[in-house]
Amino acid sequence: MSSSPENLTVKVEFSGGLELLFSNKRTHTITLPAHTPSTSTTPTTIRDLVIYLCDELMRDPRRDLFVLDGTVRPGILVLINDADWELEGEDAYEVKNGDSILFVSTLHGG
Amino acid sequence: MIAISHTLIRQSVSTAFSKPSMSLDQTVESLKRQIASHESLLEDLRRQLAEAQFNQPPPGAQESQEQTFQASDDPLAHDLSHGIAEDYMNEVFAALSRPQGDHSPPNRWPLSQDEYKRYGRQLIMPEIGLQGQLRLKNASVLIIGAGGLGCPAAAYLVGAGVGTLGLVDEDVVEHSNLHRQILHSTARVGMSKVDSALVSLQSLNPNVNLVPHHGRLTPETAISTVQPYDIVLDCTDTPASRYLISDTCVLLGKPLVSASALRIDGQLMVLNNPPRSAGDPTGGPCYRCIFPKPPPPESVVTCGDGGILGPVVGTMGVLQALEAIKVLTRASTSENEQPVTEPPTLLIFSAYANPMFRSIRLRARKPKCAACSAHATVTPEALNSGSLDYVQFCGMIDPVNLLSPDERISAENYAKLRSEVNPYTGMEPAKDSHVLVDVREKVQFELCSIDGSVNIPFADVSGFPIPQPTASAAIPDDSHWVHELKNIPDKPIFVVCRRGNDSQVVVRKLKQLGLDNDGQRWIGDIKGGLIAWREKIDSDFPEYY
Repeated sequence: MSSSPENLTVKVEFSGGLELLFSNKRTHTITLPAHTPSTSTTPTTIRDLVIYLCDELMRDPRRDLFVLDGTVRPGILVLINDADWELEGEDAYEVKNGDSILFVSTLHGG
Repeated sequence: MIAISHTLIRQSVSTAFSKPSMSLDQTVESLKRQIASHESLLEDLRRQLAEAQFNQPPPGAQESQEQTFQASDDPLAHDLSHGIAEDYMNEVFAALSRPQGDHSPPNRWPLSQDEYKRYGRQLIMPEIGLQGQLRLKNASVLIIGAGGLGCPAAAYLVGAGVGTLGLVDEDVVEHSNLHRQILHSTARVGMSKVDSALVSLQSLNPNVNLVPHHGRLTPETAISTVQPYDIVLDCTDTPASRYLISDTCVLLGKPLVSASALRIDGQLMVLNNPPRSAGDPTGGPCYRCIFPKPPPPESVVTCGDGGILGPVVGTMGVLQALEAIKVLTRASTSENEQPVTEPPTLLIFSAYANPMFRSIRLRARKPKCAACSAHATVTPEALNSGSLDYVQFCGMIDPVNLLSPDERISAENYAKLRSEVNPYTGMEPAKDSHVLVDVREKVQFELCSIDGSVNIPFADVSGFPIPQPTASAAIPDDSHWVHELKNIPDKPIFVVCRRGNDSQVVVRKLKQLGLDNDGQRWIGDIKGGLIAWREKIDSDFPEYY
């Protein structure tokens, strides 16, 4: 997991059916700018990562199954290094190189 | 009653064959009628049997009436009655009588002989032991939903010897339940799930007091239904019921074991654990803390639509039973100390991932939670009055109504179009006079399809970008479905799916892609999809849902 200081390499995982929106692949390793916009000095946050995922990784046009009103839609848990993102500052969390970000859609079947 | 029915059957069967003058048609008709009548009789008998088995008093129920401590030749018993300090004697008596349920035979041991034998393998484990078993025996568990989660959960809890188990469900057993809902059986298809489950559970362990709750849990009934129980298992399958159950558990201070499953994935959480009062931040989070807003209804997939692998939902149900046993048997280290609870986690199970399980740390109670914080708006009054509308809170999917009537054709009319001779030309319809596009997923298309249909899965169509008017359409290659449909510009396109919803979306999309040649080619869908096709035209078409 080495990357230039301008870029971050993170592991992104999808579970609970969200992988269907991302080429049916559960685990993705992605590299994205460490600052957003990349020319700025503003660190890339989870909010930026989510937009990046929509623009660069999602092939399915049904964006609203992942994002609603500019953030991850209700019913999706975001876990940063295996902890609920509420413990880490939610979408303002600044992504670190090597982070593991998991998006879990809640299931309702029983 | 049963004897009478047997006679009836013998009589009527012999009648069918004893009239040689009867024509063959009449015999067939008469036999059909009799089979139908006996089938209904049989169903009635099954119901009666289930009821009788359910009402049967568990063994030992009668002996318990005369439950006294008998002096015997036992030297210890002699000492107890004749020469031992009274307070010690009382203590021993209390220890001996406390664990005895209503229907245990007189016994000088805390459990009956049957119970020692039955639970021996778990009794010898330090995690359970005698005290754990007695805690289970004094505990009552409510399982809401007697389906894929509820069946295995109930089986293990009844097997482990909980004192009372309540079951809530409003559905009847269907064939499509049997691959995963292990308490039900082929013979009990059509019976209520609660009754069917009780028949199995009763025969598994007659020591458990089983309580049926027929019908759906509603805001008006939730509090009175849940009140008598110590712990609740949410084994339901809709967001609305999950919020209702969680709110009720918070209001009543009950821990909640919540699980769900779909396709190859499962999730498990123990909520409101420990179940402290609203506003106490040391209590465990509730469902609303984790999911303050319900998911958009169009993102909610049911097992009927998405599919479910039996052992996946079974695993989750078994884990619910395990968590319930852990909560019920956990010991306080001393009199004054609260039992130690694990920090809240979400367990994620993915059957085809490696590793299959992972555990995620969850947040604590949300300081502004609508149910469990000091600012809670969910109150018993609001719940009882029915002013909380959970179905509305979670929303409903509006029926898909994208197309105008002239863009749709009924299954009957489509069948005519396929088979009828043209009244003007006298020609049989050519098989390739039109294109029938089936937009179900490939795996469903391979199960069964209408002869001559081609499969273009919904996801492929909806995921296909609409070309900008300025740019030329960038279509990957000539074999692509868009090309294939373009190459036959004269043939009308009929779109079919399972129910007639996705097909409407696809018709819209095909027109947006310009495949209707500015209205020159007809593109429309079959109303009601393959379900209507099966009901109206081809009753042999497999019913896999």
